[in-house]
Amino acid sequence: MKKLVGTLLALVMVLSLMTAVAEPLQLTMYFPVNVGGSAAALIDAMTQDFNAENPDIHVDAVYTGNYDDTVTAIQSAIQGGNAPDLFVSLATQRFTMADTKMAMPLDDLIAADPEGQTFIDDFIDGFMLDSYVDGSIYSIPFQRSTMVMYYNKDAFREVGLDPDAPPTTWDELVEYGLKLTNENRKGVGLALNSGSAQWAFTGFSLQNCTNGVGLMSADGKQIYFNTPENVEALQFWLDLQNKYEIMNKGIVQWTDLPTQFLAGEVAMIYHTTGNLTNIKNNATFDFGVCFLPAGRQWGAPTGGGNFYITNGISEERQQAAWKFIKFCCSTERAAQWSIDTGYVATRESCYETELLKNYYASFPQALVAYEQLQYAQPELTTYSAAEMWRILNDNIQAAVTGEMTAEEALEAAQEQGEELLADYQ
Amino acid sequence: MKQKMTKRARRETAIGWALLLPALLFMCVFTVYPVVRSIVLSLMKYKMGMDAPEFIGFANFTRLFGSSTFWKVMRNTVSFALMTVIPSMVIGLVLAMLVNRKGRHIGFIRTAYFYPSVMPMIAIASVWMFIYMAKNGLLDQMLMSLGLAPMDVLSNKATVLPAMAVMYVWRESGYLMVFFLSGLQSINSDVLEAAAIDGATGWKTFRHITLPLLAPTTLFISTIAFTNCFKLADHVIIMTEGAPNNASTLLLYYIYQQGFTNMNYGVSSALTVIMLVILLIVSVPRFFSQDRKIHYA
Repeated sequence: MKKLVGTLLALVMVLSLMTAVAEPLQLTMYFPVNVGGSAAALIDAMTQDFNAENPDIHVDAVYTGNYDDTVTAIQSAIQGGNAPDLFVSLATQRFTMADTKMAMPLDDLIAADPEGQTFIDDFIDGFMLDSYVDGSIYSIPFQRSTMVMYYNKDAFREVGLDPDAPPTTWDELVEYGLKLTNENRKGVGLALNSGSAQWAFTGFSLQNCTNGVGLMSADGKQIYFNTPENVEALQFWLDLQNKYEIMNKGIVQWTDLPTQFLAGEVAMIYHTTGNLTNIKNNATFDFGVCFLPAGRQWGAPTGGGNFYITNGISEERQQAAWKFIKFCCSTERAAQWSIDTGYVATRESCYETELLKNYYASFPQALVAYEQLQYAQPELTTYSAAEMWRILNDNIQAAVTGEMTAEEALEAAQEQGEELLADYQ
Repeated sequence: MKQKMTKRARRETAIGWALLLPALLFMCVFTVYPVVRSIVLSLMKYKMGMDAPEFIGFANFTRLFGSSTFWKVMRNTVSFALMTVIPSMVIGLVLAMLVNRKGRHIGFIRTAYFYPSVMPMIAIASVWMFIYMAKNGLLDQMLMSLGLAPMDVLSNKATVLPAMAVMYVWRESGYLMVFFLSGLQSINSDVLEAAAIDGATGWKTFRHITLPLLAPTTLFISTIAFTNCFKLADHVIIMTEGAPNNASTLLLYYIYQQGFTNMNYGVSSALTVIMLVILLIVSVPRFFSQDRKIHYA
């Protein structure tokens, strides 16, 4: 009997020792997918490559719906004491992530890494801007996008417009839109659902502003919704719908807009570069990509998701998560990710790779987003970003549905927004 | 002798409690505890990231009562209830009368009417999106083929709630039908026969015999119908996310939004308490009428 117990005990010890050696560090990552196509499969492939290269770490990538769902999932997981080690969330969530202590500052990890500073410096400035909270880096650019205009060249030819000269100003947008609109087709398409309208509006605000500042201050504590320029920008949207009648009335959904474009129902749409591959694969007509038409100047919003590391995980896990982030953002990986999805490659060195050079040579439409970046600024980003978005979106919708005028809507948004930010002054 | 009885009674009481215990435990964990915690949190300022909730009295409530969005949400919730409860009860009763008979295919017909209420709300909402979708949806396609303008019901503040109500009535009627059916079948056929002998027919029988005898069932059903329609959020998430400008935001969705999107647990708890009070008010008539005239046996 004693012998048996002894043997068993030895067996248990050996087994536990074996698992201790063989068991890699298990990391969990939550990630959202907000565009059509196969981004989820691509992320799975990326984690598999990482796990194969790093036998001591095993990253488990969990697809958690769209950006909003992902925040909810992370929040529930943290409350349940079951937090993921790292996650992808909107760059605009960084103030909230820092304020709610869901994410940790990455400065120490960067400083401790000999390649850390060069790694950070290589990111495109416009994207890196979206990573700071009060001077600390809280996130690393990953699936970054900007808004571009897709236009149907066949439709341009049909109405006698030059397919290689897309509209460059608001006036031209209206002029071309009028020509392109007929019984079965609208000239212009914008998604005005909650969660999308504020993005497009950032672009129009930047195009129309006179001081280089669109909707908010860089520290995320001030908003400027009710300036005359912004009222004018919103009025322009209403005019596209009601005065010129070159845009569908009501609220078109973000996900329906590319479908309408692909079906030839809308000739020019404002959408994310993240949809480029989807449109390229499914368009049955000749299409072009161009800068967003300028108002007083060029302007476009950046958007998309960054990597965050969860606050409060062990140092060993932080290091492993950092390693994974660096892997996903390595020059070659970031370039490939851009080609596979249409997101903008996030690092300057990506543009030196043969991979990306060849790609742009064969598919010049993809380069437009990068060239437009010099005019791009972060989308609406404040403390309590989700609630702020909702406030702006609700009031824009009120204007679109005719409940309020453009001015009343933006006054209301300003008032509600200021109340929300009162806690952070 | 007397003592012995008491002992036995005591034992029976103990057994009674023992049998109740599992149910009680579940109720405490899943009902009593969350309710108490919501009440406590509703008096706190508590957002994600705060180390500890901070007591602020009724400030969450006063802030809500001063917010136009809150009142819009309450109006939406009440009008949605009015738009759905009575129609679905009337249709449910009519359906129950129709299928309250014997026949070869009656089982199939009952199942067909009941079927929508088996489907999850998310599936229903997704399917109805194909009907309501702007321009390409079934409704707008039908309108356009008749030469009418498309309505785009979901992005119009006047039509979005009625559109959702139609969908919900379609779902709920079959469910309420089952309760009415069991109510109808429990009516003693002697009474109906007596009425027939007295010369009552059709509408008269229905008005003076069936309807009064169905009163307890009807009260029960109205309680269920009211409480059910306050507990809806899924279809709002799928169909509109409250658009346009919160014209379709219902109370439960608003709670979800405050709690999970804005991460403001204090405010979302205060809203939960308001919802609890409403549900309590809705349930009161049934609670107090149990031994009154509406009861029969």
